[in-house]
Amino acid sequence: MKKHTLSALVENKFGVLARVAGMLSGRGFNIETLNVGPTHDPKLSRITATVVADEAALDRCIRALDKLVNVIDVQNFTEVDHVARELVVVKVNSTAKTRSEIIEIAGLFRAKIIDVGHKSLIIEFTGNDRKVCAFLKIIQPYGITELARTGQVALQRGV
Amino acid sequence: MFAYPGGALLEITQALTRTKKIRAILPRHEQGGGFMAQGYARATGKPGVCMATSGPGATNLVTPIADAYMDSIPLIAITGQVFQQLIGKNAFQETDFFGVTLPIVKHSFLVLNYEELPLLIFKAFKIATSGRPGPVVIDIPKDVQQAVFVPKFPASLDEVEVPGLPEPPRASDDDLRKVLADLSKAKKPVLYYGGGVISSGATAALREFAKLTGIPVASTLMGLGAFPPDSPQSLYWFGMHGTVAGNWAVCQSDLLIAAGARFDDRITGAVDKFSPDAKVVHIDIDRSEHHKNKRADLPIESDIRYALERLCELIKKEGFKKPDIKEWMGRIAAWKKEHPFPFTYDRDKTPHILPQLAIEMLYEETKGEAIIATGVGQHQMWAPQFYHFKEPRTFVSSLGAGTMGFGLPAAIGAKVAQPKRHRWRRLLPDEHPGAGLHGD
Repeated sequence: MKKHTLSALVENKFGVLARVAGMLSGRGFNIETLNVGPTHDPKLSRITATVVADEAALDRCIRALDKLVNVIDVQNFTEVDHVARELVVVKVNSTAKTRSEIIEIAGLFRAKIIDVGHKSLIIEFTGNDRKVCAFLKIIQPYGITELARTGQVALQRGV
Repeated sequence: MFAYPGGALLEITQALTRTKKIRAILPRHEQGGGFMAQGYARATGKPGVCMATSGPGATNLVTPIADAYMDSIPLIAITGQVFQQLIGKNAFQETDFFGVTLPIVKHSFLVLNYEELPLLIFKAFKIATSGRPGPVVIDIPKDVQQAVFVPKFPASLDEVEVPGLPEPPRASDDDLRKVLADLSKAKKPVLYYGGGVISSGATAALREFAKLTGIPVASTLMGLGAFPPDSPQSLYWFGMHGTVAGNWAVCQSDLLIAAGARFDDRITGAVDKFSPDAKVVHIDIDRSEHHKNKRADLPIESDIRYALERLCELIKKEGFKKPDIKEWMGRIAAWKKEHPFPFTYDRDKTPHILPQLAIEMLYEETKGEAIIATGVGQHQMWAPQFYHFKEPRTFVSSLGAGTMGFGLPAAIGAKVAQPKRHRWRRLLPDEHPGAGLHGD
């Protein structure tokens, strides 16, 4: 089963996320990542979710989502030319010896060090799904102690 | 309004005693009240309103709401909620009813601002009745009920805007011309229609389209009554308990025009063996029904009444070559003769009153003009087998959800809706001795 990116433009009201998430959970889809935030129009929010699901079942789900009164528009970006990014903050073990190595790797990935402690660093990193995976793989041997991700945000490319 | 009072509903209940505009009917149980509202809605097409208090009162409405959702019935469920400052504190008789009903409503409101209440009530009625109808919940905290203010009501439903509620879609002439072109060429066409014909008020259009094209017409249980069962074109109803001719005709068809129906599993059985050779045209107001159960070759998003009326107009305006279906109609007539409906039973030789006999006699006594409400089970299937429904909104039955105990309260609601109808009866349910009194 393929990973899909859903993008829904919804009303910025309470309960809307619950309706959208419920439509996915009621069909047994696990939401891999989820991001919600208001758009340039404060009355509207955009929900971006990535879901691993059977394509036909997801298509049925999207049509059902489109019916929700609070949902203005919903699209599956998988077949659409789009750009997607995710912000990751990761706390990595570091010692006096490994600190400079980690900072060097972070530099290669255009990541930023946003916190330095005696035993750890926090790195902020933005990228698409593949870049995030690659970076985390490289950094993993140093020991990741905590990780937070925004989930993908995506927009259709302009024409 | 079918209203059962309670602590978190005192203000609204008291207000009902002071108005002559709203008739309040007290059920014996909230679930019954919900089904009465449904019976009212199903018999008229107008929204039915039920009301219950917070917590257990509200949860007793869950089944009628889910039932209305399955059969696309416009139901307004008003529930009391605890004071806003108590919400989330496990207050006495508190249940997150907005949360409980999320997956079984067309839409729902938890009213947080009393000034919004008049508008939200209007919105609820608009949402419940427009497009594909469905249930709407309005959860009203006690402090909102107690607020004293001068309400601003919209002048009419037309004035109320709901951004996520599009205008009912209309089929394009190009698509409808394709349907007519396919129909002209078809050797074994069948029109398969469902509840959408009734909810969109398309009975007359359906009958005219059938007359203009001459094709056989098969109904779902939800669609019963929209097409006269004694017409030579009628296959009456098909699916698990329907006519032999209806099932065989749909199965062997080369063109299946589905209108306002959703290819329910009780209609199709194994979907891959359902009309395997047919080109499928699926006209539905709800895009999410297209390809849901059966892949449609030509999905058309449209209000059914508009689509059928426009098809008739196009036929009359642009001409239409009727399909050559003499042989097909002959075959159907033979099936109908070989496997008549109702299924036979020995009416005269049995010493007992068989349920089939009871229903058939009811049909004779009422000349088939009564509204019949049923529970769920064998008697529900015997009802349309032995009582041939001639007009829409006369068969009132829980079909998608299959809720036992539906019959008696739904019949009461239908009676409230049409008090002057000369006869009405409820069939005795076979489901179990407590049926009709409570949730099953």
